[in-house]
Amino acid sequence: MSQTVHFHSAKEFADRTRAAVGNPAHRRSFRGAMDFLQAKRAAQFPDPQAFENLRTLGEAIRRYSLAHLPDLLERLEARLTANGFHVHWAETAEDANAIALDIARRIEARHVIKGKSMVSEEVGFNHAMEAAGIEALESDMGEYIVQLAGETPSHIIMPAIHKTKQEIATLFAERIPGVDYTEDVDELIRIGRQVLRRKFLAADIGLSGVNFAVAETGTLCLVENEGNGRMCTTVPRIHIAITGIEKVVEKLEHVPPLYSLLTRSATGQAVTTYLNLISGPRRSGELDGPEEVHLILVDNGRSRAYADEQMRATLQCIRCGACMNHCPVYARIGGHAYGTTYPGPIGAIVSPHLLGLESTYPLAFASTLCGACGEVCPVRIPIPELLVRLRNEAQALPTANAPVRGRGAARRMLPSAVWRGWAFVYGHLKTYRLVSWLLSRGRALSPANQGAWTASRTPLVPAPKRLRDLLKEHSR
Amino acid sequence: MSTTRERILGRLRSVPSADVAAPAVDAWYASQEDDDASARVGKLTAALEASHAEVHHCASRDWSSVVLRIAEEKSLRTLLVGAGTPHGEALRRQNDSGNATKSDLQIVDYAASFETWRERLFENIDAGLSVAHSAIAETGSLILWTGPSEPRLLSLVPPVHFVLLDVDRIHATLYAAMQTERWSAGLPTNVLLVSGPSKTADIQQTLAYGAHGPRELVVILRHADGGAS
Repeated sequence: MSQTVHFHSAKEFADRTRAAVGNPAHRRSFRGAMDFLQAKRAAQFPDPQAFENLRTLGEAIRRYSLAHLPDLLERLEARLTANGFHVHWAETAEDANAIALDIARRIEARHVIKGKSMVSEEVGFNHAMEAAGIEALESDMGEYIVQLAGETPSHIIMPAIHKTKQEIATLFAERIPGVDYTEDVDELIRIGRQVLRRKFLAADIGLSGVNFAVAETGTLCLVENEGNGRMCTTVPRIHIAITGIEKVVEKLEHVPPLYSLLTRSATGQAVTTYLNLISGPRRSGELDGPEEVHLILVDNGRSRAYADEQMRATLQCIRCGACMNHCPVYARIGGHAYGTTYPGPIGAIVSPHLLGLESTYPLAFASTLCGACGEVCPVRIPIPELLVRLRNEAQALPTANAPVRGRGAARRMLPSAVWRGWAFVYGHLKTYRLVSWLLSRGRALSPANQGAWTASRTPLVPAPKRLRDLLKEHSR
Repeated sequence: MSTTRERILGRLRSVPSADVAAPAVDAWYASQEDDDASARVGKLTAALEASHAEVHHCASRDWSSVVLRIAEEKSLRTLLVGAGTPHGEALRRQNDSGNATKSDLQIVDYAASFETWRERLFENIDAGLSVAHSAIAETGSLILWTGPSEPRLLSLVPPVHFVLLDVDRIHATLYAAMQTERWSAGLPTNVLLVSGPSKTADIQQTLAYGAHGPRELVVILRHADGGAS
């Protein structure tokens, strides 16, 4: 039922892109959704200066948190443990799944109900559970739809953004017993609610992500509109939260500015319906809430990105998705073409740290470097600069302790030789004069077929006279 | 397992620590406009209504009759309250006092562990009644401190959610609420901000209410000196 392939190699990136661009219905879905989200966000930030001031604060909080990351993680762990949580550390995706499976096996769990968690997508949680014979069901409406269709999310905030209501109506009628075809959105949501309410009651474990983890109070903050997150963290006996190590902040007072930036940037809402602050499992005297709460802190390449001062900025991300909503490339190719858990500009700069450049380098090139992503980022991640840096990393000489795994993955013999030649010519005046003279005189020999350049452009031909020749004539 | 922890922390610690100044959160909020109490009531009301919530103003002494009137208008049969709470008892007395038009409403206590009556809670409770700990004017958010008398699911599972709020409990911002109430000194196991009925726009960006939580949010704003209804 669920998608088992969590990453498609970048080799087919071009093919998927071509297919996406050639699908008019898909194009309309994404264009419509992007226009909608852009307009809603813009309405939330009517005053550009006020936005700049708030994001200066947001950036300061994220940078401060990262500067103290190891200390904050230790404080978080100590506070959470004092509050009755169980804290686990996972170096890799496999570690994270193994920790969750250990918990599940201990209580002989059969059903896991999931709130929205991109990290669980990142580690392939559903697949790992299913391989162990445990059902992992998504309960966020968009995620539920996508899972029912056997697909993966195409957007980090709006997972089913690529589907029309007609497609969803057909899907529900085909896959949910006793449901007739209806395009009425309220009715479709009511159907989902009915199905999932039974699932919340049947689940042994609720799994959720975390938006912010507060070190000083030992509090997990979850942001949502639907209430499924609250269900997952309250109804089942055990709640497992899974998150990246970068999500920690020092103080509770650091949450309000980030929360405000997150909801306004993501969906253009001043606030979400729920902010769920969890500071412990059910205590004696309380009548509901989970008996156990676990937090799995996932590294999965983050500490490597952390080691490089420039790359560390990728860890500032609060996962709002504004960069993809404003990306001209994402708007045209959609989320699935990227083939990674995190698509769009943020995906292009995060994925290499999670998966290595070998398979992800084309993503850094799938950008016009127009800068829109950097302008809307609520925590001021310099995304365009990082894209350029990753392009350079992908073509640099491979070294043992490179800041990104798979450095040099895009390096090719011929282009490297050409550029070395170019550097030599431009570094030596006499050679330069000779070569430019030869090229201008031999222009008739320019090839008509110049590879990718001539696929959609006229061939490049050197000018009949060099600039220096023209200047000489002019000064006579 | 602890070795994984040491390895991760070790890698993070091997990086020379950057000197980054603590963020000036306080200064930023101090630079924002400050509203007086009545402006906060107005902002809260407007924001809640914009989020599809119903807001009713009443004098403090009248709240129970207002709740019962709305419950009748909505044809509710069962209303869940925290067991042994003053507001729950007051509402039950008012309901039992029975004027001429005796209502069919049954006041139900959330008196036992969720596990012992989960089916009934999920299937047969029409509404829940919470008392807000405080509220946030800027975003129209109600703050619920859960605990034995305010269970977590009371405000989530029933399709209609009533919230009582005293107008003197309205803060300007979430930050003001945290600071004034000194949240960092200690929090209950679950604090909730509720800013409207449950909703989703996951199908073609079309807004639908009652996704997983309440379809309707009814806020009763209690004015000490008797505000307009």
